[in-house]
Amino acid sequence: MAIDLKRYTPARVALARTGHSVATAELLRFQLDHARARDAGYVELDAAAITLPHTLVRSAARDRATFLRRPDLGRTLSNESRAQLACGRYDAAIVIADGLSAPAIHHHALPLLEALLPRIADWALAPLTVALQARVALGDEIGEALGASMVVVLIGERPGLTSPDSLGIYLTWNPRRGRTDAERNCISNVRTEGVSYDLAAHKLHSLMEASRMRRLSGVALKEDAPLLLP
Amino acid sequence: MSLRELFAKASPARSGDELAGIAARTAEERVRAQMTLADLPLKSILADPVIPYESDEVTRLICDTHDAAAFAPIAHLTVGGFRDWLLSDDATTESLAALAPGITPEMAAAVSKLMRVQDLIAVGAKCRVVTRFRSTIGLPGRMSTRLQPNHPTDDLQGIAASILDGLSLGSGDAVIGVNPASDNVASTESLLRLLDAIRERYAIPTQTCVLAHVTTTMEALRRGAPVDLVFQSIAGTEAANSAFGVTLAMLDEAHLAALELGRGENVMYFETGQGSALSANAHHGVDQQTCEARAYAVARRYRPLLVNTVVGFIGPEYLYNGKQIQRAGLEDHFCGKLLGLPMGCDICYTNHAEADQDDMDALLTLLAVAGCTYIMGVPGADDVMLHYQSTSFHDALYVRNVLGLRPAPEFEAWLERRPELSPAPWLLT
Repeated sequence: MAIDLKRYTPARVALARTGHSVATAELLRFQLDHARARDAGYVELDAAAITLPHTLVRSAARDRATFLRRPDLGRTLSNESRAQLACGRYDAAIVIADGLSAPAIHHHALPLLEALLPRIADWALAPLTVALQARVALGDEIGEALGASMVVVLIGERPGLTSPDSLGIYLTWNPRRGRTDAERNCISNVRTEGVSYDLAAHKLHSLMEASRMRRLSGVALKEDAPLLLP
Repeated sequence: MSLRELFAKASPARSGDELAGIAARTAEERVRAQMTLADLPLKSILADPVIPYESDEVTRLICDTHDAAAFAPIAHLTVGGFRDWLLSDDATTESLAALAPGITPEMAAAVSKLMRVQDLIAVGAKCRVVTRFRSTIGLPGRMSTRLQPNHPTDDLQGIAASILDGLSLGSGDAVIGVNPASDNVASTESLLRLLDAIRERYAIPTQTCVLAHVTTTMEALRRGAPVDLVFQSIAGTEAANSAFGVTLAMLDEAHLAALELGRGENVMYFETGQGSALSANAHHGVDQQTCEARAYAVARRYRPLLVNTVVGFIGPEYLYNGKQIQRAGLEDHFCGKLLGLPMGCDICYTNHAEADQDDMDALLTLLAVAGCTYIMGVPGADDVMLHYQSTSFHDALYVRNVLGLRPAPEFEAWLERRPELSPAPWLLT
């Protein structure tokens, strides 16, 4: 084909062939991408790399294998961790969670917070929490325990073949155990080739302001919130 | 023990049933349950729905459409006896086709739990289900592909590029079907027009589909968009379908509207997958494989052109590794075919599952031997929109080549005419 199809899509088109199969270089390129995505799921979150002061908590999933098989345990705090969280009165709590990709946190959590924190300097923020073996909904229990009006969870997303370190952000108003995903707002695909830190921080700040004003989050907020202009 | 509990304990091990807390706790308990299940008369499965008739419209559909006359030849059998019969010479392509309306999803699920992989393949290979739109799907010695040209932002040129790549590698005789990144009417309409224009431009004997929600497709249809097949994801309980935003009444209405276009009997396309009911907390304590088989009762009501399970998409909390995904894919193919569906499979996995390309190669080969109606064709096996790995155009060429399988006859004739696929300026520039 005379035209270069690769110009038009990130999909793996126009691959070099041998017989009916892909050529060796293409095969290995795929295997490398898969290996990186696989490894991303098993990298342990290095809490020491989060240089901001924080409280370290764990979910009830004691290891990665349990975490993958038991999403319910990844949404529940371990007993020891629950005792660590003191209740106060806060506008928001921020939780950094490994989720399915610790590299997403290693690469993007701090730069994102650096872009966000100046925007919410006047907010009463709960002490920062770092959570291990954590699903998104673990933030509900953490936010409730801290006495925060909303919880913002920064979490490693399911690793894609070409995006092993993508970070997702979930905002939930009035966090309580048992909140559903329909009650959250999400900004996904924060990574070098995806949504920039500045844009993500801007969108998140807009959502936080709108959520605080309207005292809700989720589908209703997404549809008709008057978001701040860039 | 209730039938529901027995089915769950007799089910070969998988993480989803463990997550639901309904799986056998030991290997011995599982085999004991299988022995009890083997002695259970098929009639008692018919008499005792796993989800009550009063509270679930899928159960009502299963009971109300059961064909007692078709069931008569096996009405005296136990589940174990049914397995023996299926593997005997009495179960021919013809007798299995005649039997299909007499088999309920629960009977198919029950017998599959007693079957090894080779049994699922042997019986699956005896079943034949042929459907037609512009191409004829499911003929002996054929295996078709859905060309899946997804793009992260529904970019029309990007989708066209993937389609041209797939066509040049012989993919797309089952359908050219796009999963839209955003499910809205305007975007669905523009995708439908693109797919139709490409099909017309190269005179391809195939059909096109945008896999939007049924309500989106209905609205696009009302606006005059070129709809070939109406798509919907479906599940095996009323509550799980409700989580997908559909009811049987909505599907009835969509089916009728598609039939009114006057382009044949097979105008629907459905996708399913084990674990969907549990993930919507809508499984009623029923194991995920039985829930999946019940989705096929929903599908067969509409005589679809295509049905496929998306077997490894849902993640390791439902199917943990390559072994569980392989077994589930073969179970789904077997149950679908036994119930009379044109069953294909999206042979796939996510990056947090304990699976890799070797597992997919194995399942692809097993399913092709089992007579799987169609598989997916994704550029380089990497879906850049849905972020999972399926089968590639090259994978289809591999399996057709080693097993002597051919595409649908109309599409094969089109390929033999060596169509000039050079992109028109309006398409890619």
